[in-house]
Amino acid sequence: MSEPASSFVCTDGPQATSSAHKAGAEPGGVADDTGSDDDGLVIGGVTFGSRLILGTGGAASLEVLEASLVAAGAEMATVALRRIDPATQGSILDVLTAAGVRLLPNTAGCFTARDAVRTAQLAREAFATDWVKLEVIGDDRTLLPDAVELLDAAEELVDDGFTVLAYTNDDLILARRLEDLGCAAVMPLGSPIGSGAGINNPYNLALITERLSVPVVLDAGVGTASDAALAMELGCDAVLLATAVTRAREPVRMAEAMRSAVAAGRLARRAGRIPVRRYALASTPTEGRAEWERDR
Amino acid sequence: MKVVVNGEERTVDTVCTVANLAADLDVGPKGVAVAVNGEVVGRSAWAGRTLDEGDRVEVLGAMQGG
Repeated sequence: MSEPASSFVCTDGPQATSSAHKAGAEPGGVADDTGSDDDGLVIGGVTFGSRLILGTGGAASLEVLEASLVAAGAEMATVALRRIDPATQGSILDVLTAAGVRLLPNTAGCFTARDAVRTAQLAREAFATDWVKLEVIGDDRTLLPDAVELLDAAEELVDDGFTVLAYTNDDLILARRLEDLGCAAVMPLGSPIGSGAGINNPYNLALITERLSVPVVLDAGVGTASDAALAMELGCDAVLLATAVTRAREPVRMAEAMRSAVAAGRLARRAGRIPVRRYALASTPTEGRAEWERDR
Repeated sequence: MKVVVNGEERTVDTVCTVANLAADLDVGPKGVAVAVNGEVVGRSAWAGRTLDEGDRVEVLGAMQGG
């Protein structure tokens, strides 16, 4: 957030050399994967050392999920609210509690603000947290957010004292509306949930990270490690992913890859990438080169 | 009397609170949320909230997702 998005702009001009210089953090923050002088991620007044948030959907077993959480170094994980089956009650909660991660209940599957608000209120009762990943879906094939219902729900939940992390489209104006309503984090999609299609519109994502003050978390669409790294390079403060890990052939190994990717992307962002050029820029000086007779 | 719990009809005592129902189901209160006819019933209100014939009760808990 609050860093130039010019690293995304393709230019040969010298004016582009200032891209993304402003390393966001001063020394002295919590130690974490992204460098010991990184201040860490602060959402709703809570500091996280990890910038990778894990969704729990799709894990083949709780054992694999637990190992994935550890490999990912995640400090927060999502959880859904569904009709209880007394036979399996509590087990996912036990895993998340044992892993020491903060619970982030979601409102997955809600199509209206009313439904999402009620789900969040129920989750608050069940999990004793006022944090919520607000998700209001507008279409069951793409699972794209319904902007109108999303804003209504966000406003109501913020007013009701919730710490709202809003899953949203990669639209700057909508993202700003969510920030203005008081959301603790804004979470634009890279591409549809579970698609693994990566970041469809890096330009839009860079605009959002540049213009918002609250943390921006890429949520949805990550397929592999480079997608997560790109999100961080574009200025995201964190990445939330589930399917890319839980449905990978080797989930625990992929969780480790994502952890490294998020850390690498964050470091690269803070390091300040070079501008993209159309033509080569010699990295070896031509001065002092031996001179020969031309062959032709 | 009969109430509907998570979409299925269930026979409960004539005087039955949400707390009684939860005990009957052997769930919660930790990790469990209840709504009666669409209205959230907070944990502290379980013991005082009696059910009526035909009430639709949702008993929800954690599941993998997101």
